[in-house]
Amino acid sequence: MSAPATSVARAPEGASGVDVAHGGVRQKKDRVGSLVEGWLRGHAVLIYAFLYIPIVVVVVFSFNATDRRVTQWEGFSLKWYESVLNDTVVQGALANSLIVATSTAVIATIFGTMAALGLQRAPRWFRAPFEALTFISIIVPEIVIALATLVFFSSTFDILNSLLDLKLRLGFQTIIAAHALFNISLVMLLVRARLSGMDRTHVEASYDLYGTPWRTFWQITFPQLLPAIIAGSLLSFTFSFDDYVITTFVSGAGSTTLPLYVFSTIRKGVTPATNAVAAVMLLITLSILLIGQIAVWRNARRSGQHGAQASVAGMITEQSG
Amino acid sequence: MTASLSPGTEIYPGPVSARPRAVVPDGAIGPTPDVEIVDVTKRFGTVTAVDRMRLAIAHGEFYSLLGPSGCGKTTTLRMIAGFEQPTEGEIFLDGQPIAGVPPYQRNVNTVFQHYALFPHMDVAQNVGYGLRQRKIRGTEERRRVAEALELVRLGGYDKRRTWEMSGGQQQRVALARALVNRPTVLLLDEPLGALDMKLRKEMQLELKALQREVGITFVYVTHDQEEALTMSDVIVVMRDGLIQQMGGPTELYERPVNRFVADFIGTSNFIEATVVEPPDEGRHVAVRSARGLTLRGRVTDDEATVRVGDTVTVASRPERLEVVPADAAAPVGAGITQINGRVQQGTYLGDQTEYRVLTEEAGELIVRHQNAAGAGGAPGVGPGDPVIVRWQRDANLVLAG
Ligand SMILES: Nc1ncnc2c1ncn2[C@@H]1O[C@H](COP(=O)(O)OP(=O)(O)OP(=O)(O)O)[C@@H](O)[C@H]1O
Ligand SMILES: [Mg+2]
Repeated sequence: MSAPATSVARAPEGASGVDVAHGGVRQKKDRVGSLVEGWLRGHAVLIYAFLYIPIVVVVVFSFNATDRRVTQWEGFSLKWYESVLNDTVVQGALANSLIVATSTAVIATIFGTMAALGLQRAPRWFRAPFEALTFISIIVPEIVIALATLVFFSSTFDILNSLLDLKLRLGFQTIIAAHALFNISLVMLLVRARLSGMDRTHVEASYDLYGTPWRTFWQITFPQLLPAIIAGSLLSFTFSFDDYVITTFVSGAGSTTLPLYVFSTIRKGVTPATNAVAAVMLLITLSILLIGQIAVWRNARRSGQHGAQASVAGMITEQSG
Repeated sequence: MTASLSPGTEIYPGPVSARPRAVVPDGAIGPTPDVEIVDVTKRFGTVTAVDRMRLAIAHGEFYSLLGPSGCGKTTTLRMIAGFEQPTEGEIFLDGQPIAGVPPYQRNVNTVFQHYALFPHMDVAQNVGYGLRQRKIRGTEERRRVAEALELVRLGGYDKRRTWEMSGGQQQRVALARALVNRPTVLLLDEPLGALDMKLRKEMQLELKALQREVGITFVYVTHDQEEALTMSDVIVVMRDGLIQQMGGPTELYERPVNRFVADFIGTSNFIEATVVEPPDEGRHVAVRSARGLTLRGRVTDDEATVRVGDTVTVASRPERLEVVPADAAAPVGAGITQINGRVQQGTYLGDQTEYRVLTEEAGELIVRHQNAAGAGGAPGVGPGDPVIVRWQRDANLVLAG
């Protein structure tokens, strides 16, 4: 009786198909089951290897002492980091990327949160189409958004420039605007998920205890939304920071970001310098996520939450589940 | 009980006994009721949750709204608190109409069923929340929070996380958080619903003692009749949004006005009958059941008009009936009814034994005997035995309508 139960318990995550195999006749199915299980497990290992080995290779080879052949290990050195970080072009691109990503995160967080709060109160007939549009904007291929925003910007700018004699052109603002566009949807989804999971009686309790709607929002609702807001802002930052497709469509002279720079260099062939730039990007992204995770943890510990609500990743998967 | 509460707590100055405690009868001149509900109806679409309710809640009393699920108890509380607006009628708080006054401007506090404690605040921050909204901060806030916690026997728990506490403790925090504001009325929506039986019983007594001590008017919602009987000064029995009867525990138990109340509060035997003699000055009537049993009893509802030929129900409480073995014929006195029957079932309940007796004239009757030591409580009869069921005339409650 307990044999199948234990083997189910051992089944790796994501291999839930295994319990189905256990549902029927016990003994024979058990052997088949463990074969399936082993196969799935090996499969999972392969997938993770496929995902992460290239990243590890990039990071390792950024420390390569070689001067010519990237793929040939010639010893450990930090010289590529030195050269990359002293390169004014890289510095400029990095600064651009940070400006774009930070602005995007701020704008997307503020407007995404406000949109989520606004929709929460709206009647269903009003809310439903907006929610559908939000989902769609996340699913629409990036290239379509890129093209659409480019067409929009250039035609609007043309009209405005000729009518009002302005000199509007593509640059930082257009990149930020385009990035903010899809990140607002993302923040909104995260905050909406959190809002709908919130206990309405807390708000009523606050009203009951003389809290005005304004004070209730800041003292009760906002603190409970904070993890979702943090998660949203961090994701916006990272998505914006490494975006290539949209950026390349709507950037202008002088607004080259790090991903654009990396892409332009590899046309001349991958060098250890490219690897070093990629490693720096990775480091920045991971640090941001780590900071966010710490913030969410601290918040969770104070309010006694566990599981999905206590991690940024959990928050992201929560709303899709 | 009272001793377990901290003595000398000063946050509610003035002797409770000095306050007016009279239940104000309709239209009488007296102290203003804390809450007055005047012909209030609340409809949700086609559902009428509360139907033409008229209720005056006197100061310092413990009121219970009692009724089965869906009868409109919560809706009534929410209208007093300001979370719902009456469809018709008016509610007065301290004599002032409060239509359109938002919940945060009403001097009323609620203990929610699942407490609704703020998870991101510790106990002291939770309890002090209402004070801070009213700009009472610093030492004054700390002093009053400490007193309120002392009052619910949670002194020293200030820095605790609410989610680390037991259900009973969370319940007390919720209570302290409401009481600390000294509201005109405290509303409690089944606050003991989530607790286990034993703790529930303890908290019932404690709540009642606390209410006496602070002298604040409580409006308590429950669907547990025993709970309502234990704690209340006044019980308001509701059904389908309509008030069925209102009165003290004794009154409701001894003189239920209709079959619903007689059935909902305690257990009753019911005999359908027709009035054969009009009521005398003491409102006693004679009735005859379909099977020819003649009974006399008092009409419980003073307002009801009873005429010869009307159909009524005669209710009697199981503990007012008695079974005796058929051969041990007891003397028949004036005003005693005796009928023959056969025991269907005898159930030992610890303090009592319950007999179900099938009778020719009145169908099945439930009889309860107290199992007092050495007393003739248990008459030594078992299933199948022929018995006589007897009772005094004053056990008959004639329910009109
Ligand atoms: N917001 C609402 N929308 C629609 N119908 C409602 C709403 N609130 C209550 N009702 C209806 O009004 C009636 C009374 O509900 P209420 O919650 O007051 O009952 P209750 O006596 O508190 O019951 P319970 O003991 O189950 O809590 C029910 O039929 C309920 O379905
Ligand atoms: Mg209710």
